[in-house]
Amino acid sequence: MKDYLTLKNITKIFSDGRGSQVKAVDNISLTIKEGEFVTLLGPSGCGKTTTLRMIAGFEIQNAGDIILDGKVINSVPAFDRNMPMVFQSYALFPHMTIFDNIAYGLKLRNMSREVIKNEVAMVAQMVNLVGLEKRYPGELSGGQQQRVALARAIVLKPKIILFDEPLSNLDAKLRIQTRTEIKRVQQMLGITALYVTHDQSEALSMSDTIVIMNKGQIAQMGSPEEIYNNPNSSFVADFIGNANFMDGVVEEVHPDSLTVSLQNNSIVVSKPDGEFSEGEEVSLAIKPEAVSIRTKPTGFTGKLDVSSFLGSISEYKVEFENSFITIIQSNIEGKYKHYTMGETVHLDFNKAFFRVYKK
Amino acid sequence: MSSDVVLTGKKEGKFYQLTRDPVLFISVLLILGLLLLFIVYPLYAAAKLSLTPGGKFSVSEYSYIFTHSGYIKTIRNSVVLGISVATLATIVGFVFAYGMTKGNIGGKRFFQSMGILPIISPPFMFALSVILLFGRNGLITAKLLNMDTGGIYGLKGLIIVQVITMYPIAYMTLVGILQGIDPDLETCAMNLGAKRGRTFWTVTFPLALPGIFASWLLVFVGSLTDFGNPIIIGGEFDVLSVKAYLEFTGMGNLPRGAALAILLLVPTVLVFFIQKYIMKNKTYVTITGKSSRRGSASVSKATRAGLFAFCLSVSIFVLMFYTTIIGGSFVKLWGVNWTPTLKWFAYSFDVGFTTLKNTLYLAIIQTPITALLGMVIAFIVVRKSFPGKGALDFLSMLSYAIPGTAIGIGYILAFNKAPFELSGTAFILIAVYVFRNVPIGVQGGIAALKQISTDIEESSTNLGATTAYTFRKITLPLIRPSFFAGATFAFVRAMTAISAIIFLVSARWNHLTVLILAQTEIMRLGAASVLSFVLIIVIMTFVFLIMKLTGLKQSQIFGTTN
Repeated sequence: MKDYLTLKNITKIFSDGRGSQVKAVDNISLTIKEGEFVTLLGPSGCGKTTTLRMIAGFEIQNAGDIILDGKVINSVPAFDRNMPMVFQSYALFPHMTIFDNIAYGLKLRNMSREVIKNEVAMVAQMVNLVGLEKRYPGELSGGQQQRVALARAIVLKPKIILFDEPLSNLDAKLRIQTRTEIKRVQQMLGITALYVTHDQSEALSMSDTIVIMNKGQIAQMGSPEEIYNNPNSSFVADFIGNANFMDGVVEEVHPDSLTVSLQNNSIVVSKPDGEFSEGEEVSLAIKPEAVSIRTKPTGFTGKLDVSSFLGSISEYKVEFENSFITIIQSNIEGKYKHYTMGETVHLDFNKAFFRVYKK
Repeated sequence: MSSDVVLTGKKEGKFYQLTRDPVLFISVLLILGLLLLFIVYPLYAAAKLSLTPGGKFSVSEYSYIFTHSGYIKTIRNSVVLGISVATLATIVGFVFAYGMTKGNIGGKRFFQSMGILPIISPPFMFALSVILLFGRNGLITAKLLNMDTGGIYGLKGLIIVQVITMYPIAYMTLVGILQGIDPDLETCAMNLGAKRGRTFWTVTFPLALPGIFASWLLVFVGSLTDFGNPIIIGGEFDVLSVKAYLEFTGMGNLPRGAALAILLLVPTVLVFFIQKYIMKNKTYVTITGKSSRRGSASVSKATRAGLFAFCLSVSIFVLMFYTTIIGGSFVKLWGVNWTPTLKWFAYSFDVGFTTLKNTLYLAIIQTPITALLGMVIAFIVVRKSFPGKGALDFLSMLSYAIPGTAIGIGYILAFNKAPFELSGTAFILIAVYVFRNVPIGVQGGIAALKQISTDIEESSTNLGATTAYTFRKITLPLIRPSFFAGATFAFVRAMTAISAIIFLVSARWNHLTVLILAQTEIMRLGAASVLSFVLIIVIMTFVFLIMKLTGLKQSQIFGTTN
C-alpha cells in the first residue's frame, strides 16, 4: 500500500514564557500507509499529543515537513486539512442537537439539506445512534457521546481520522467495547487512523503499527507483537510489558549470546546490539507472566511481600535481590495460594523471556 | 536546545498563520487600530496639550498646580474623600457579602437586589436625594429637625452619597471572593478547636484579605473619578474631576484642565493594575480540591441577626433615597409647598423629551456594538496567538482605568479637527460609550471562555470551520450570558454616563444626565427628580426585558452568583 501521511524531521519547541524552552517533539520522522491503524503510545509528556495536534494543524512545527498524500501541508490552516479528529473530551457542541453536531462538517461543505439528512442517518445507523438525533449532548451517556464524536468525524468520509485518547473518559468495560467498535468502523470504511493513547492494552489490541514515544522522540516502532516480544530498550520493556528489572553481571560474552549471573545462577540470554564486556553490570528484564512461584527449590528464592487474588489471575509482589518484582499467574486450575508476608518462596523464571539491556 | 529556530519570519510562523485566516487577521488589525485611535490617541492629545501650554514643551502647568495652595487643597480633598469612601464602602460591601455568603441570612433575593441597585441608578440621583432630605430645605433637616444648614454640601454629604453609590462595587467583588472560600476550611478550623470568632479572624478574613484590598482600591478609584456627585453636592469642597471640568470648560484654561485630568489618570491607572494583579493571584483560595457548597456553621445566631439588621438598615436607607426622588417628582416646591402636582412631569416632558429620546437612541445603538466587540476581543485574547496580542489585551483593559474626565477632555482635543472632526456628532458619543464600556464585556467574556474547553472550538476548526464561523456558531452561543451581561452593563453605563460625555454633548445630541445636572443647578429639583425617576424606569425596564427575553437571572447578568 502507498504512503499516505509522512512526518519528516518534525520538531516542536514550546517556550514557557520565561525564556526557557522545552523540546516537546524532537526531530521525529514516520510514515503511515493508506488504511493503516497507527498508534502513538507513550507516557504523558512524551510528545504524542503535540505530534497529533501538529498534524491536525493546531500547532505549527518549528522545523520539518508534514506530507499528506504527496503534498506538503505545513501552511495549510487547520480548517482546510480535512482530517477530522475525535477528542478526549468528545468536544461535542453542547448547544446543538446530536443531528446538528453530526451535520456540522457537512453544512460547512455546503451540502444540500437532503444529502445531509441521508448521510447523517446512515452514519447514525453505523454507530448505533438511531433515535437519539434530536437529543442534546448533555442528555447522552459517556459512551453515546463518544459515538457521536466518532460519527461526526466519519460522516465527512475522510481518508484519515485522528484520535486523541478518545476512550480515557469511559469506564473500563465500555472502553473495551468501544475500542472494538472503533476498529470495526475503521476497517469497514478502510480509513487511515492515527490514534494517540497512553493505554498499552488499547494500543496492542487496535493497532497495525505502534509508535512508542519517549521524551519527544520515537523509542520504537513496529507491530504490536514485535514491540511486546522484543522491546529494544529498557524504557519500552518497562512501558509496554511492565517488565521486572533485575541487576546482573556479564560472565561471558559469546557472538550471539551473553551469560549473565543472577543470584548465583548463570543465565544465557541472546545478545542485543552493542558491545558488552565481562564483568559489566547490566539490567535483566522479564515480564511478570514469565515468572512463577514453585513449591520445590528452583535455585532462586525471594521473600513474599503481597499476594492478591484478582479473579482470573493472581498477582504476587516478591522481594528479590534488593528490589521488588511482580509475578502474574493464571488461576485457570483454581489453585490460588495465599502466602503470608515475609514467607520465603521459590521462583521459576522462563529463561527464554529474559532480555538484557545496558545500564 | 537549539535556539536557532526562529519563530517568526519563517513561513510557518505565527504571523504567517494569521494571514492565512483573513477574517481574524483583519479583525486584529481593525481592533488594534480602533483602540489606538479611541483610547491612546485622545490621551496623547490631552497629555500633549498639558505639556505644551504655550506651544512649546513645558511642565509649567504641573508646577503651577503643585505650588498653589488652591490646587494642592483640591488634590488633598480628592485623596481624603477617596480614602474615607473606600474604607466605609468596603466595610458596608463586606458585611453585605458576608451576610449573603457565610452568614446565610434570610431575604437573600431582596438583599441581592439591594446589593446592586445603586449601580443601575443615575450618577447623582443620591446626591439629589440627599439635598432633598438634608439640604437647606431638606425634609429631615429643615422640616423635622428645624435646622437651617447647608452643611450637607461638602465632605460629609459627599461621603454619604459616594458610599451609597459605591458599596455595590465592594459587594460584587467580595461576594465572589467569599464564595470561593471553601466552607470546609472554616468547618475544619472549628473541628480543630477554634471558636467562631477565632475561625473568622484566622481563616475567613485572611483568605478574603486580597479581595478586601482589591475592592478598597476599586472604590478609591471610583471616588476619585466620580464627577456627578461632587459637582452637585461638593459645594466649596473642590475635587480633581470637578476642578478639571471647571478649568477646561468654565475658565477656558485648556492646558491646565488637561493637566488636572492627567494627574487624575496617574493614580487610577496605577491602582487598576495593582488591583488586577491582586485579583489574578486570588485563585489560591479556591484550590482546595472539590469545593462543597454546603453552608458552614461558622456564624452564630446572634451574628446572623446582627448581619441581617445591618443589611436591612442599609437597604432601608437606600430605598429611602429612591422614595424621596419619587416624592420629589410629585410636589410643587420641595420644602416650601408640598401640594401634589404633575407640573414637573409636564415641564420635564417639554424640556427633556427630545433629550431622553436621543439618549436612549444612542444607548441602544451602542449596546450591541459594545457587547459584541467585548466578546470578539475576549475570544481573540483568550483563544488566539499572534504578534501584538499583549498590546491588544492591555489596551482593551486600559480604558477601564481611565477617568471619564480624562477621556472627555482627550476626545475634545483629539477629534475637533480633520481628519477626525467628530465633535458635536452622535458618533463621538457612541465611540466614547463603546470604548469606555468594552472592558466590562471583555472581562466577562474572558471569564466565560476560560470555562469552555478549547477542544470544542478546535473540533469546529477541525471539521472545516474558519475562525469567524466558529466564533459565530460555537463560541458566541456558548458565552451568551456574558454577552448579555456585557450588553446590560453597556446600556446602563451609557444611560448613566456623565463624567466623559459632559465634555462631548451638543445641542443636537444632549444627554439626559447633563440635563438633570442643569435642572439641579438652577434649583428645579422637581424637574431633576422627575428626569432621574424616568431614567431609573428606563434602565429597569431594559434590565427586566433582557432578563425576560434571554431567560437569564439577575445574578447571571450582574455576576453575583448565588
